[in-house]
This record gives sequence, structure tokens and C-alpha cells, in this order.
Amino acid sequence: MTAQPTPREPSGDVLLDVRDLHTHFNVGGGVLSGGGDVVRAVDGVTFDVRRGEIFGLVGESGSGKTTLGRTILGLAPATSGSIRYGDHDLATLDEKRFRPLRRRLSMIFQDPNASLNPAMTIAQGVGHPLRIHGITSDRAATRAKVAEMLERCGLAPAERFLDQYPEDLSGGQKQRVVIARALVTEPDLVVADEPVAALDMSIRAKVLELMMDLKDELGLTYLYITHDLSSGKFVCDRMAIMYLGQMVEWGDAEGIYDDPQHPYTRALLDAIPLPDPSRKGRDRQLPRGEIPDAVEPPAGCRFHPRCPAAFEPCGWEGRDLVDAIEERWTSVGEDVFERELALVGDLQKAAVGRDEIRFPAADAGALRSWLEDVGPQLPAAVASGIDTVEEDGSDVVVRFRWGPEPGQQDVAGRRVACHLHGVVVRPDGDHVGTPPADRVS
Amino acid sequence: MSASTAPAPGPRGSGAAAPVLEVRDLSVAYGTPAGSLHAVDRISFDLYPGESLGVVGESGCGKSSMGRGLLQLMPPGGDIGGSVKLAGEELIGVDAARLRRARGEDLALVFQEPMTRLDPLMRVSEHFVEAIRAHRPDVSKDDAEHMGREALAQMGIPPTRARNYPHEFSGGMRQRIMIALGIVLKPKVIVADEPTTALDVIVEAQILDLLDRLRSDENVGLILITHNLGTVAETCDRVAVMYAGRIVETGSVAQVFDDPKHPYTQGLLRSVISIDTTELSSIEGSPPDLVSPPRGCRFTPRCPERFDACPTVDPVLAETNPGQHAACLLYPGADAGSPRTVVPPERAAAQPHQGETR
Repeated sequence: MTAQPTPREPSGDVLLDVRDLHTHFNVGGGVLSGGGDVVRAVDGVTFDVRRGEIFGLVGESGSGKTTLGRTILGLAPATSGSIRYGDHDLATLDEKRFRPLRRRLSMIFQDPNASLNPAMTIAQGVGHPLRIHGITSDRAATRAKVAEMLERCGLAPAERFLDQYPEDLSGGQKQRVVIARALVTEPDLVVADEPVAALDMSIRAKVLELMMDLKDELGLTYLYITHDLSSGKFVCDRMAIMYLGQMVEWGDAEGIYDDPQHPYTRALLDAIPLPDPSRKGRDRQLPRGEIPDAVEPPAGCRFHPRCPAAFEPCGWEGRDLVDAIEERWTSVGEDVFERELALVGDLQKAAVGRDEIRFPAADAGALRSWLEDVGPQLPAAVASGIDTVEEDGSDVVVRFRWGPEPGQQDVAGRRVACHLHGVVVRPDGDHVGTPPADRVS
Repeated sequence: MSASTAPAPGPRGSGAAAPVLEVRDLSVAYGTPAGSLHAVDRISFDLYPGESLGVVGESGCGKSSMGRGLLQLMPPGGDIGGSVKLAGEELIGVDAARLRRARGEDLALVFQEPMTRLDPLMRVSEHFVEAIRAHRPDVSKDDAEHMGREALAQMGIPPTRARNYPHEFSGGMRQRIMIALGIVLKPKVIVADEPTTALDVIVEAQILDLLDRLRSDENVGLILITHNLGTVAETCDRVAVMYAGRIVETGSVAQVFDDPKHPYTQGLLRSVISIDTTELSSIEGSPPDLVSPPRGCRFTPRCPERFDACPTVDPVLAETNPGQHAACLLYPGADAGSPRTVVPPERAAAQPHQGETR
């Protein structure tokens, strides 16, 4: 049975059309503690995947790339938005109506040891989806189809593998089995989540090559999820760079590598260790810190606290000033630290808001003039976002300028969300401060 | 089996400086139900102050066992042989008290998983007080906290965070804390075993920059164990390539990356998928079982260049360029200890390669 419910259109057509997709999770809300926090794992992404292409979702841990892949496969429920696939909107389908589509939407997981049932033989494991979807009706047909797919995946002769258990195979062989299981139902779209990251480097290339060959032979479309821009460059036609649930840059992969337009893309590319000693010590600007918690993403541009190119409108807020002061204290020596700590007081006691921060000061005048003197020397460009520093009784209040969350704009043929290309406001964004008079409509 | 007892020499032009670490014929073996497993088989190298040595190879080639062997951190049933001299002092065979002092004060080990090494119930500052006073009981608690804050600041952790608990830090910050704990007593050598493997690429680059800065500012010797050849090229002066428990090639990073001599090194470098990769390549087969390794050169079954002598003659490291050594019979001198003379390479003599699908 190889009947295809959705006819295969010629390559280049849109297979998947994703609009303003959100996937939020509640975390930490126990029965006793009441409502928890909301993690905005996927927070408003819009893109499309064309039939026959390899589309990369690239980002660090916490970027939302895996959740996006799982939402598309119906494994994590969408909070809002749409995922058009043929006549269906995958974002709104319930499990019962999703089930018949599952054979056309497959997933390859990262760790073959965790994704194969150790108690099933290879024939049983790879044949499982055929039985579940009623694609084959008897054991002999299932076995024949499994054998064919194993051989396509480089496990030949299949007879050698069919009755073995996962533990009998090497890591690379196991991942070939995982690929065979994902492809045995003849899917349209395969979401491959870090398919080679768990493999020894000496065999990653082989598995990637296999996946690319199978794509051509079987007419597949891949959503390739990875943190590894190196392998992404080799396999992807188009890609999206994700950061804290959003796409900061997406479009043609070659352009992204040749001429990145978002500072985060540039940072990811710069950070890749190169096996080329002649380029050791090359000039590169690494972002500070790490990807923050998605429960409370930074206001304005979510990358601004780490961005080497951040400037005035990027969304500087109260906690950025706290971080910058703390970062300063790692480099000034113990005596300066003690002196300035006495001036600033316990940072835990500051009232940290988005548009302003209020320091209860022992000597408000001294703190105000210190902030004015030291501000421009603080790490990051936080001072560029400071509008006013004022004394209010015994407090010192720092207010921040307008810093809107960037919307996407067309740059170099790609979609880019960054104010360096002109301030574009994201309509539903989290903005700092109030817009200046000439921006108010 | 012939042994590679000759040390792989230090860097060229290292001048009068004495090596901070001299390793000779270091072996590490574990007892297994199947027999004795020689994870590290008589490896020798020198490390100079302020120098960084990268140790690379696939999983199961003995890299981590070598790192633990240097500090004599062995699981039950583990066995260590050979010599490890730190600033001229032999550490193999010393009593437990001296060994405890050596670990932490002289040699620091930085692991891959920082969270498993930090006590979740102890504040970060308490980790420092405990680590410092275990070695220097006369240091006051206040002074130890002060030393901790300085080490943390050096690693980019604000002094205001010193009294936080480990779970209040991100993965990259925890690794910075682990390194700060490792360096607070100013060790002469840091052994970092895949210190950035669990981290994202930007944080990895930050940590490697920090390690590199430590190496140059404090003149500390750095041994970086990693599977990532890019990391070695970015961070190290010299590299040792391990295969099946042995060093099969060593030299300056420039020599080994630009002109690799051992077919294993060549295969490893070709299999790196980097931003410049235009062609995918891999090494067929897997590293051998070290309970009963193949005779002769251990890479023979996977080697595209093998010839008739390879399965019988066990190669030793031979100098292929000044400062660069390879243990491969393609090069004159690698058959030392064997009565056989190696004729120039006859790669065609090898039978067609039957690679196992991996």
C-alpha cells in the first residue's frame, strides 16, 4: 500500500506555511504554589517550508528550535497561530484528526539509544509504524518493507540486522535504524532534531550524506534542527536563526553564511572553532553572557543584553543596569568594588522595573553623580539607553529611553529583526519606555 | 609488542625552560570481566609552563583515561604504570597525602559536567573555603572567601554572586565556577577534559578564551582533552592524537593540521565538518576493543594506506619533521625495535578496503 493521500506537487511549492505561531508552557506551577510561570518557547514565528528543500532551524539551547519542530508534528500543542499543511491547519487539529497525518510527518531524534526500544528487534521497531498506520497487513509484507528501507539506509544485507536488537549495533548503525523507522511510512516532511550530534565525529558525515541521498531518492523535505552552523551550512537550502523563541534572521542559507545581517547570526558564525591554526586569534567579537531564561525574556530586542552591536533603541531596561554594574565589579579590584558597593548598596534591594530602576541610596547625591560619571564606562551600551538619572527623596531613579522590540524587515533578501537596519516596531512586542513625540501616531 | 618509550619532545625553541610535566610510559589499565583493558598504553610527552597541549581522538581512544591517569584518579580495579613528574618530582607511587596535595594545588582537573561536581547545598563561597582550607588550613575563612571572589572575578563571575548556590547559575557560569575553583590555588597544570562539550558554541568560545588567558597570564600548563579539532586549533600550541590508547601523532598544531602524517590524523581532519567543509568524509570502522587490540599497528583494519608490514610490526613514534612525530610504518624509523626494514610505502599492496557500515 503506497497510496498517497496528498499528491506530491512539483518541488518549490510551499509544503508547510507557518504563521505567527506561539507555543507557551506553564512551568513551576504546583498545586500548592498556584499558577506558575509561562515559558514562551515559541513566540510568534512566521515562515514557510518548500517541498523538497532542507530548511534549517538553528540556535543555541533554549532558542525554541526543538519546541517549534515538536509543535509542527503535533507533539507540543500550539498556543496560537497556524501551520498550514495541505488542507489542514496542524496547529488546531486534535489528536484524533492528527493521527492519520502522522505517517506523512516523521521525526528523527538526536539520541538513537533513547529513541529505539531495547526490547524490540530491528524488524519490530522499524515495522512498528507500518502496523500502527495499517500500511502493511501481514508480517511478511511488513518485514519485506522494513528490509527494503534498512538496505536503503545502508544496513545491507538487511537479513543481518532484522532480528538483532539495538544493543547489538554500533551508534552509527542505530542512527541508521532510527532513520529507516522515520522513513518507512513514506513521509512528506521529516523533522530531524540534531540527527548527528550524538555520533562520533568520524561518522557524522556518513549519516548526513545518507540523509541527503535519501531526500533525493524519496522526494523528502527536511526540517533540520541543529545548534551546529557548520553542518547546517553543508545541508541547508534555507534556514532560520532562532533566539529565545523568535526568528532573528531567516532566508537563503548561502546568504546567511556569506553576509549575515543580524549580530546574533554573526556571533554564532564567529564563535565556531575553526580547524585552521592560521586563523587562530582572528578578530572576533563574542557576545557576553548566555541565553537568558525564556520565562522573562529581555524587553526590546531579546538579544540586546548580549549584543556586541547594541545601541540606543535596543530596549535597555532596569536589570541591564544591574548586570552592567555587576560586570564592572569583576574587573575593578576588591577595594574599588567595596567602595562602589557602599555607594550603590545591595543591588537586591533596588526596585528593578522595565522602564526605570530605583536605588534606595545611603547618599543619593553621591550615587547620582557616580552613575553619571561611571555610566558611559559601563559594559554593554546600557548608558546609551538611559534617559534620566534623578534623585527622588533618598532614592535615585534611572529612567530608560524608548526601546521597541524589533519587527522583521527585508534585508539582503532575507527577513531580519534588528534595529541596525532601521527601527521597525514589532506590533505585539514588549517595548521599553514611551515613544518620542514624532513616533506617536 | 614494541613500545614507544622515547618521549615526544616538547615545543621547538622551548629554550632553557624545564618542562612542568614529564610523562613517560604512562599506562592505565582497568579490570573487566573480559580481561584487562589497557586504556592508555605507554604514552610519553612533556608539557612546558605556559604551553597548551591538545589531546584528540575518537571516543574510546583513551583520552579521558590519560587525563585521569595524570592525577591518578582511578576507579576500583584501575592500575597505573609509568612515570609522571611534576616540576621534577615523581608523582607515581607517592603516598596518599602527597597525592591529595598535588591534586588541586599543583594539578587541577576541569570536567565536562560542572553540576555533578558542585554541592547543591553549599554556597559557591563555601566551596572555595573548603577547597582552600583543605590544602592551606592556616588560611582564615575571610581570606579564603576573598581568594574565592578574586578567582571568580577572574572568570567573569561578579563578587556579588559569590554567596549564591550552584543552581542559581547557568551552565556556562557553573563551568566558570569550576575553573575558578581549579585555579584558586594557582596550580602549575590544568587538565581540562571536554570542558566545553556540554555548552553552546558562544559560551564554549568564551570559556576557551578564558582558559587561554589563564595559560598566558599565569604561565600555567594546559592539557585540553577534546574530540573537537577546531577547539584544539583555536586554543592549543601542540597536539597529541590518540588512537587505541596510544599517541599516534604529535607536533605543533600548525604542523599536524597543515601536514598530518598519520593516516588516522588525516582521516580525523577530513571528517571534521566545519564552516569551510565542501566535501563530507569519514573514517570507516570503529576503534578496536582494548582488551584484545589488533597486533601490529592498531589502526591497520581501518587504514586506507595499510601495507603488508602493518598487521605485524608495531610502530613507534618517528620524527617526520623537526618536532613532529608519527607512529606509522610509512615513515622511516617507525619500525624501531623490529628486525624488519620498511620499504617505501606500497599502499597498493593492501587489499581492497572492506569497510563496515557504521
